[in-house]
Amino acid sequence: MDYLMLLIGTVLVNNIVLVKFLGLCSFMGVSQKIDSAIGLSFATTFVLTVAAAAAWIIEFGLLKPLEIEYLRIISFILVIAATVQFTEMVIRKISPTLYQVLGIFLPLITTNCAVLGVALLNIQENYSFIQSLLAGFGTALGFTVVMVMFAGMRERLSRSQVPALFSGMPIAFITAGLLALAFMGFAGLATH
Amino acid sequence: MYKSIIINGLWTNNSSFVQLLGLCPLLAVSNTVVNGVGLGIATILVLIITNTLISALRNYIPHEIRLPIFVLLIACSVSAVEFFIKAYYYDLYMVLGIFIPLIVTNCFVIGRAEAFAIKNTVGHSIVDAISIGIGFTIAIALLAGVREIIGQGTLFANADIMFGESAKFLTITVFENYRGFLLAILPPGAFLVLGLLIAGKNWLESRAKKSIKIIPIKLVENTL
Repeated sequence: MDYLMLLIGTVLVNNIVLVKFLGLCSFMGVSQKIDSAIGLSFATTFVLTVAAAAAWIIEFGLLKPLEIEYLRIISFILVIAATVQFTEMVIRKISPTLYQVLGIFLPLITTNCAVLGVALLNIQENYSFIQSLLAGFGTALGFTVVMVMFAGMRERLSRSQVPALFSGMPIAFITAGLLALAFMGFAGLATH
Repeated sequence: MYKSIIINGLWTNNSSFVQLLGLCPLLAVSNTVVNGVGLGIATILVLIITNTLISALRNYIPHEIRLPIFVLLIACSVSAVEFFIKAYYYDLYMVLGIFIPLIVTNCFVIGRAEAFAIKNTVGHSIVDAISIGIGFTIAIALLAGVREIIGQGTLFANADIMFGESAKFLTITVFENYRGFLLAILPPGAFLVLGLLIAGKNWLESRAKKSIKIIPIKLVENTL
Protein backbone atom coordinates (compact mmCIF):
# COMPACT_ATOMS: atom_id res chain seq x y z
CA MET A 1 0.00 0.00 0.00
CA ASP A 2 2.82 2.36 0.86
CA TYR A 3 4.38 1.63 -2.49
CA LEU A 4 1.10 2.38 -4.30
CA MET A 5 0.85 5.68 -2.42
CA LEU A 6 4.41 6.52 -3.39
CA LEU A 7 3.60 5.82 -7.02
CA ILE A 8 0.42 7.93 -7.02
CA GLY A 9 2.28 10.64 -5.15
CA THR A 10 5.09 10.88 -7.67
CA VAL A 11 2.90 10.56 -10.77
CA LEU A 12 0.06 12.93 -9.89
CA VAL A 13 0.40 14.81 -6.61
CA ASN A 14 4.02 15.88 -6.77
CA ASN A 15 4.23 15.84 -10.53
CA ILE A 16 7.86 16.42 -11.48
CA VAL A 17 7.14 19.03 -14.16
CA LEU A 18 4.10 20.94 -12.97
CA VAL A 19 4.65 20.90 -9.21
CA LYS A 20 8.38 20.40 -8.69
CA PHE A 21 9.48 22.37 -11.79
CA LEU A 22 12.10 19.90 -12.97
CA GLY A 23 12.67 18.84 -16.56
CA LEU A 24 11.11 22.01 -17.91
CA CYS A 25 13.65 22.48 -20.68
CA SER A 26 12.55 19.34 -22.49
CA PHE A 27 8.92 19.96 -21.46
CA MET A 28 8.94 23.30 -23.27
CA GLY A 29 11.45 22.40 -25.96
CA VAL A 30 10.24 19.04 -27.29
CA SER A 31 6.47 19.38 -26.93
CA GLN A 32 5.55 20.77 -30.33
CA LYS A 33 4.65 17.36 -31.71
CA ILE A 34 3.09 14.37 -29.99
CA ASP A 35 5.38 11.86 -31.73
CA SER A 36 8.60 13.41 -30.51
CA ALA A 37 7.08 14.01 -27.07
CA ILE A 38 6.30 10.29 -26.77
CA GLY A 39 9.77 9.34 -28.02
CA LEU A 40 11.52 11.58 -25.52
CA SER A 41 9.25 10.44 -22.69
CA PHE A 42 10.05 6.76 -23.25
CA ALA A 43 13.78 7.41 -23.40
CA THR A 44 13.54 9.53 -20.24
CA THR A 45 11.50 6.87 -18.44
CA PHE A 46 14.21 4.30 -19.00
CA VAL A 47 17.12 6.56 -18.09
CA LEU A 48 15.38 8.03 -15.04
CA THR A 49 14.55 4.64 -13.55
CA VAL A 50 18.01 3.19 -14.14
CA ALA A 51 19.76 6.37 -12.98
CA ALA A 52 17.68 6.52 -9.77
CA ALA A 53 18.69 2.95 -8.94
CA ALA A 54 22.34 3.49 -9.92
CA ALA A 55 22.59 6.70 -7.88
CA TRP A 56 21.24 4.85 -4.82
CA ILE A 57 23.87 2.15 -5.23
CA ILE A 58 26.63 4.75 -5.62
CA GLU A 59 25.43 6.69 -2.57
CA PHE A 60 25.11 3.77 -0.16
CA GLY A 61 27.75 1.50 -1.67
CA LEU A 62 30.51 3.99 -2.29
CA LEU A 63 30.02 7.53 -1.02
CA LYS A 64 28.62 6.77 2.47
CA PRO A 65 31.06 3.94 3.41
CA LEU A 66 34.08 5.92 2.24
CA GLU A 67 32.70 9.20 3.69
CA ILE A 68 33.22 11.07 0.45
CA GLU A 69 29.73 12.54 0.16
CA TYR A 70 31.21 15.80 -1.10
CA LEU A 71 31.76 14.05 -4.44
CA ARG A 72 28.01 13.39 -4.77
CA ILE A 73 27.25 15.90 -7.54
CA ILE A 74 30.23 14.85 -9.64
CA SER A 75 29.65 11.12 -9.25
CA PHE A 76 25.90 11.39 -9.92
CA ILE A 77 26.36 13.37 -13.11
CA LEU A 78 28.92 10.81 -14.25
CA VAL A 79 26.51 7.96 -13.48
CA ILE A 80 23.76 9.69 -15.47
CA ALA A 81 26.03 10.35 -18.43
CA ALA A 82 27.17 6.72 -18.36
CA THR A 83 23.57 5.48 -18.13
CA VAL A 84 22.59 7.57 -21.13
CA GLN A 85 25.56 6.28 -23.10
CA PHE A 86 24.78 2.70 -22.07
CA THR A 87 21.10 3.09 -23.02
CA GLU A 88 22.15 4.41 -26.40
CA MET A 89 24.43 1.43 -27.04
CA VAL A 90 21.84 -1.13 -25.89
CA ILE A 91 19.06 0.37 -27.99
CA ARG A 92 21.29 0.55 -31.04
CA LYS A 93 22.21 -3.13 -30.61
CA ILE A 94 18.72 -4.45 -29.85
CA SER A 95 16.49 -2.40 -32.08
CA PRO A 96 17.86 -0.14 -34.80
CA THR A 97 14.35 1.11 -35.57
CA LEU A 98 13.82 2.25 -31.99
CA TYR A 99 17.25 3.84 -32.13
CA GLN A 100 16.19 5.81 -35.19
CA VAL A 101 13.22 7.18 -33.25
CA LEU A 102 14.88 7.82 -29.89
CA GLY A 103 18.47 8.44 -30.98
CA ILE A 104 18.36 12.20 -31.22
CA PHE A 105 16.72 12.58 -27.81
CA LEU A 106 19.19 10.52 -25.84
CA PRO A 107 21.98 13.11 -25.51
CA LEU A 108 19.37 15.66 -24.35
CA ILE A 109 18.55 13.57 -21.31
CA THR A 110 21.94 14.09 -19.65
CA THR A 111 21.07 17.73 -19.13
CA ASN A 112 17.48 17.01 -18.09
CA CYS A 113 17.46 18.25 -14.53
CA ALA A 114 14.66 15.83 -13.61
CA VAL A 115 17.13 12.93 -13.75
CA LEU A 116 19.71 14.49 -11.43
CA GLY A 117 16.90 16.01 -9.35
CA VAL A 118 15.22 12.68 -8.64
CA ALA A 119 18.54 11.05 -7.77
CA LEU A 120 19.26 13.83 -5.27
CA LEU A 121 15.71 13.92 -3.87
CA ASN A 122 15.75 10.15 -3.23
CA ILE A 123 18.88 10.58 -1.13
CA GLN A 124 17.35 13.55 0.68
CA GLU A 125 14.18 11.57 1.49
CA ASN A 126 16.27 8.62 2.72
CA TYR A 127 14.43 6.17 0.49
CA SER A 128 15.24 2.46 0.43
CA PHE A 129 16.42 0.87 -2.81
CA ILE A 130 12.90 -0.28 -3.80
CA GLN A 131 11.43 3.11 -2.93
CA SER A 132 14.10 4.89 -4.99
CA LEU A 133 13.39 2.65 -7.94
CA LEU A 134 9.64 3.24 -7.64
CA ALA A 135 10.08 6.98 -7.15
CA GLY A 136 12.23 7.08 -10.27
CA PHE A 137 9.70 5.13 -12.29
CA GLY A 138 6.71 7.08 -10.94
CA THR A 139 8.40 10.39 -11.66
CA ALA A 140 9.13 9.30 -15.20
CA LEU A 141 5.54 8.16 -15.64
CA GLY A 142 4.32 11.56 -14.41
CA PHE A 143 6.70 13.22 -16.86
CA THR A 144 5.30 11.11 -19.70
CA VAL A 145 1.66 11.85 -18.83
CA VAL A 146 2.17 15.59 -18.66
CA MET A 147 4.45 15.69 -21.69
CA VAL A 148 1.97 13.89 -23.95
CA MET A 149 -0.99 15.95 -22.68
CA PHE A 150 0.87 19.19 -23.20
CA ALA A 151 2.10 18.20 -26.66
CA GLY A 152 -1.50 17.46 -27.65
CA MET A 153 -2.60 20.88 -26.44
CA ARG A 154 0.22 22.61 -28.28
CA GLU A 155 -0.64 20.82 -31.52
CA ARG A 156 -4.16 22.22 -31.23
CA LEU A 157 -2.82 25.59 -30.17
CA SER A 158 -0.62 25.91 -33.24
CA ARG A 159 -3.72 25.86 -35.40
CA SER A 160 -5.71 28.45 -33.51
CA GLN A 161 -5.64 32.21 -33.66
CA VAL A 162 -3.68 33.70 -30.79
CA PRO A 163 -3.13 37.45 -30.18
CA ALA A 164 0.18 38.40 -31.82
CA LEU A 165 1.85 39.34 -28.53
CA PHE A 166 1.06 35.97 -27.02
CA SER A 167 1.84 33.77 -29.99
CA GLY A 168 4.60 31.26 -29.46
CA MET A 169 6.02 30.87 -25.97
CA PRO A 170 3.77 33.16 -23.87
CA ILE A 171 0.63 31.21 -24.72
CA ALA A 172 2.50 27.95 -24.11
CA PHE A 173 3.41 29.12 -20.62
CA ILE A 174 -0.15 30.19 -19.88
CA THR A 175 -1.42 26.80 -21.09
CA ALA A 176 1.12 25.11 -18.84
CA GLY A 177 -0.08 27.30 -15.98
CA LEU A 178 -3.68 26.17 -16.48
CA LEU A 179 -2.52 22.54 -16.67
CA ALA A 180 -0.61 23.04 -13.41
CA LEU A 181 -3.75 24.54 -11.88
CA ALA A 182 -5.66 21.42 -12.86
CA PHE A 183 -2.97 19.23 -11.30
CA MET A 184 -3.33 21.15 -8.02
CA GLY A 185 -6.61 19.28 -7.73
CA PHE A 186 -4.69 16.08 -7.01
CA ALA A 187 -3.21 17.55 -3.83
CA GLY A 188 -4.25 15.44 -0.87
CA LEU A 189 -4.81 12.33 -2.97
CA ALA A 190 -1.74 10.71 -1.46
CA THR A 191 0.14 11.73 1.63
CA HIS A 192 3.60 11.48 0.12
CA MET B 1 33.09 44.19 -28.14
CA TYR B 2 32.44 44.38 -24.40
CA LYS B 3 29.38 46.56 -24.91
CA SER B 4 27.83 44.17 -27.38
CA ILE B 5 28.52 41.20 -25.06
CA ILE B 6 26.77 43.01 -22.22
CA ILE B 7 23.73 44.03 -24.27
CA ASN B 8 23.55 40.52 -25.67
CA GLY B 9 23.53 38.97 -22.20
CA LEU B 10 21.10 41.39 -20.62
CA TRP B 11 18.52 41.91 -23.34
CA THR B 12 18.80 40.57 -26.90
CA ASN B 13 19.76 37.05 -25.90
CA ASN B 14 18.50 37.06 -22.33
CA SER B 15 18.72 33.41 -21.38
CA SER B 16 15.43 33.39 -19.49
CA PHE B 17 13.12 35.50 -21.65
CA VAL B 18 14.48 34.93 -25.15
CA GLN B 19 16.34 31.65 -25.26
CA LEU B 20 14.15 30.07 -22.57
CA LEU B 21 17.03 28.14 -21.07
CA GLY B 22 17.38 27.42 -17.39
CA LEU B 23 13.65 27.44 -16.84
CA CYS B 24 13.59 25.04 -13.90
CA PRO B 25 15.34 27.28 -11.39
CA LEU B 26 13.65 30.36 -12.85
CA LEU B 27 10.17 29.02 -12.14
CA ALA B 28 10.89 27.02 -9.02
CA VAL B 29 12.88 29.50 -6.95
CA SER B 30 10.96 32.65 -7.87
CA ASN B 31 8.48 32.61 -4.98
CA THR B 32 10.30 35.43 -3.16
CA VAL B 33 12.79 37.99 -4.45
CA VAL B 34 15.42 37.07 -1.87
CA ASN B 35 15.43 33.38 -2.86
CA GLY B 36 15.60 34.30 -6.54
CA VAL B 37 18.47 36.74 -6.11
CA GLY B 38 20.28 34.21 -3.91
CA LEU B 39 20.13 31.57 -6.62
CA GLY B 40 20.99 34.21 -9.24
CA ILE B 41 24.20 35.09 -7.38
CA ALA B 42 25.09 31.41 -7.00
CA THR B 43 24.57 30.96 -10.74
CA ILE B 44 26.73 34.02 -11.52
CA LEU B 45 29.54 32.56 -9.40
CA VAL B 46 29.33 29.21 -11.19
CA LEU B 47 29.21 30.89 -14.61
CA ILE B 48 32.28 33.03 -13.86
CA ILE B 49 34.29 30.03 -12.66
CA THR B 50 33.31 27.75 -15.56
CA ASN B 51 33.68 30.37 -18.30
CA THR B 52 37.11 31.39 -16.97
CA LEU B 53 38.36 27.81 -16.67
CA ILE B 54 37.07 26.74 -20.06
CA SER B 55 38.35 29.76 -21.97
CA ALA B 56 41.73 29.47 -20.23
CA LEU B 57 41.95 25.80 -21.19
CA ARG B 58 40.36 26.19 -24.61
CA ASN B 59 43.53 25.32 -26.50
CA TYR B 60 44.08 22.14 -24.49
CA ILE B 61 40.55 20.67 -24.60
CA PRO B 62 40.25 18.06 -27.36
CA HIS B 63 37.27 18.90 -29.52
CA GLU B 64 35.75 15.40 -29.53
CA ILE B 65 35.43 15.03 -25.77
CA ARG B 66 34.73 18.66 -24.91
CA LEU B 67 31.19 18.08 -23.59
CA PRO B 68 32.16 15.54 -20.88
CA ILE B 69 34.98 17.90 -19.87
CA PHE B 70 32.55 20.81 -19.63
CA VAL B 71 30.16 18.78 -17.49
CA LEU B 72 32.93 17.71 -15.13
CA LEU B 73 34.31 21.25 -14.79
CA ILE B 74 30.78 22.58 -14.14
CA ALA B 75 30.09 19.85 -11.58
CA CYS B 76 33.32 20.74 -9.74
CA SER B 77 32.52 24.48 -9.70
CA VAL B 78 28.97 23.83 -8.52
CA SER B 79 30.26 21.63 -5.70
CA ALA B 80 32.63 24.40 -4.63
CA VAL B 81 29.88 27.05 -4.71
CA GLU B 82 27.55 24.72 -2.80
CA PHE B 83 30.09 24.26 0.01
CA PHE B 84 30.66 28.01 0.12
CA ILE B 85 26.93 28.72 0.52
CA LYS B 86 26.53 25.90 3.04
CA ALA B 87 29.38 27.31 5.12
CA TYR B 88 28.47 31.00 5.12
CA TYR B 89 24.75 31.26 4.28
CA TYR B 90 23.22 28.17 5.84
CA ASP B 91 19.64 29.56 5.92
CA LEU B 92 19.80 30.33 2.22
CA TYR B 93 21.23 26.87 1.60
CA MET B 94 18.24 25.31 3.35
CA VAL B 95 15.76 27.41 1.35
CA LEU B 96 17.30 26.75 -2.08
CA GLY B 97 17.61 23.02 -1.39
CA ILE B 98 18.41 20.86 -4.39
CA PHE B 99 18.38 23.83 -6.74
CA ILE B 100 22.02 24.59 -5.91
CA PRO B 101 23.31 21.18 -7.09
CA LEU B 102 20.92 21.42 -10.03
CA ILE B 103 22.89 24.38 -11.43
CA VAL B 104 24.96 21.56 -13.00
CA THR B 105 22.10 20.75 -15.36
CA ASN B 106 21.21 24.38 -15.99
CA CYS B 107 21.27 24.47 -19.79
CA PHE B 108 22.72 27.94 -20.17
CA VAL B 109 25.85 27.20 -18.11
CA ILE B 110 26.94 24.51 -20.55
CA GLY B 111 25.43 26.61 -23.34
CA ARG B 112 27.75 29.54 -22.63
CA ALA B 113 30.73 27.18 -22.41
CA GLU B 114 29.93 25.72 -25.82
CA ALA B 115 28.78 28.92 -27.54
CA PHE B 116 31.18 31.43 -26.08
CA ALA B 117 33.97 30.44 -23.68
CA ILE B 118 35.50 27.77 -25.90
CA LYS B 119 36.05 30.33 -28.69
CA ASN B 120 36.93 33.54 -26.84
CA THR B 121 39.58 35.06 -24.58
CA VAL B 122 39.40 34.89 -20.79
CA GLY B 123 38.51 38.58 -20.44
CA HIS B 124 35.62 38.40 -22.87
CA SER B 125 34.40 35.16 -21.30
CA ILE B 126 34.29 36.67 -17.82
CA VAL B 127 32.30 39.67 -19.09
CA ASP B 128 29.97 37.28 -20.90
CA ALA B 129 29.51 35.18 -17.74
CA ILE B 130 28.70 38.26 -15.67
CA SER B 131 26.23 39.73 -18.16
CA ILE B 132 24.44 36.43 -18.81
CA GLY B 133 24.34 35.83 -15.05
CA ILE B 134 22.98 39.30 -14.31
CA GLY B 135 20.42 38.88 -17.10
CA PHE B 136 19.23 35.70 -15.40
CA THR B 137 19.23 37.35 -11.96
CA ILE B 138 17.18 40.30 -13.22
CA ALA B 139 14.70 37.94 -14.86
CA ILE B 140 14.28 35.80 -11.75
CA ALA B 141 14.04 38.90 -9.51
CA LEU B 142 11.39 40.41 -11.78
CA LEU B 143 9.32 37.23 -11.86
CA ALA B 144 9.76 36.77 -8.11
CA GLY B 145 8.86 40.41 -7.47
CA VAL B 146 5.56 40.11 -9.28
CA ARG B 147 4.75 36.80 -7.60
CA GLU B 148 5.71 38.06 -4.15
CA ILE B 149 3.71 41.29 -4.39
CA ILE B 150 0.59 39.54 -5.70
CA GLY B 151 0.98 36.50 -3.50
CA GLN B 152 2.02 37.94 -0.16
CA GLY B 153 1.86 41.70 -0.53
CA THR B 154 5.51 42.12 0.46
CA LEU B 155 8.82 42.72 -1.28
CA PHE B 156 12.25 41.45 -0.16
CA ALA B 157 10.73 39.40 2.68
CA ASN B 158 13.37 37.47 4.68
CA ALA B 159 16.16 39.69 3.35
CA ASP B 160 18.07 38.85 6.52
CA ILE B 161 18.80 35.25 5.47
CA MET B 162 21.06 36.52 2.74
CA PHE B 163 22.48 39.84 3.92
CA GLY B 164 22.37 39.37 7.70
CA GLU B 165 20.29 41.01 10.43
CA SER B 166 21.10 44.54 9.28
CA ALA B 167 19.18 44.00 6.04
CA LYS B 168 15.81 43.56 7.76
CA PHE B 169 14.87 47.14 6.86
CA LEU B 170 14.80 46.13 3.18
CA THR B 171 11.55 44.24 3.64
CA ILE B 172 8.74 46.36 2.26
CA THR B 173 5.12 45.68 3.01
CA VAL B 174 3.34 46.82 -0.13
CA PHE B 175 -0.21 46.14 1.00
CA GLU B 176 -1.08 46.37 4.70
CA ASN B 177 -3.33 43.60 6.02
CA TYR B 178 -3.14 41.81 2.70
CA ARG B 179 -4.56 38.34 2.94
CA GLY B 180 -2.46 36.97 0.11
CA PHE B 181 -3.39 35.51 -3.21
CA LEU B 182 -2.16 31.95 -3.01
CA LEU B 183 -2.27 31.27 -6.76
CA ALA B 184 0.73 33.50 -7.42
CA ILE B 185 2.88 31.62 -4.89
CA LEU B 186 1.75 28.16 -6.00
CA PRO B 187 3.32 26.53 -9.09
CA PRO B 188 0.62 27.61 -11.63
CA GLY B 189 1.32 31.25 -10.78
CA ALA B 190 4.92 30.90 -11.93
CA PHE B 191 3.87 29.70 -15.38
CA LEU B 192 1.16 32.34 -15.75
CA VAL B 193 3.33 35.26 -14.62
CA LEU B 194 6.25 34.19 -16.84
CA GLY B 195 3.90 33.93 -19.84
CA LEU B 196 2.63 37.44 -19.18
CA LEU B 197 6.17 38.79 -18.69
CA ILE B 198 7.35 37.38 -22.04
CA ALA B 199 4.27 38.86 -23.70
CA GLY B 200 5.19 42.15 -22.03
CA LYS B 201 8.71 41.98 -23.46
CA ASN B 202 7.23 41.30 -26.91
CA TRP B 203 5.02 44.34 -26.46
CA LEU B 204 7.97 46.56 -25.47
CA GLU B 205 9.93 45.40 -28.49
CA SER B 206 7.07 45.83 -30.94
CA ARG B 207 6.47 49.31 -29.58
CA ALA B 208 10.15 50.16 -29.91
CA LYS B 209 9.95 49.24 -33.58
CA LYS B 210 7.18 51.84 -33.87
CA SER B 211 5.19 49.49 -36.00
CA ILE B 212 3.26 46.60 -34.61
CA LYS B 213 4.32 43.62 -36.59
CA ILE B 214 1.29 41.67 -37.65
CA ILE B 215 2.09 38.03 -37.42
CA PRO B 216 0.23 36.28 -40.20
CA ILE B 217 -2.14 33.61 -39.05
CA LYS B 218 -0.88 30.31 -40.20
CA LEU B 219 -3.40 28.57 -42.37
CA VAL B 220 -3.22 24.87 -42.07
CA GLU B 221 -4.58 22.98 -44.99
CA ASN B 222 -5.95 20.01 -43.14
CA THR B 223 -8.04 21.88 -40.58
CA LEU B 224 -11.69 20.99 -40.48
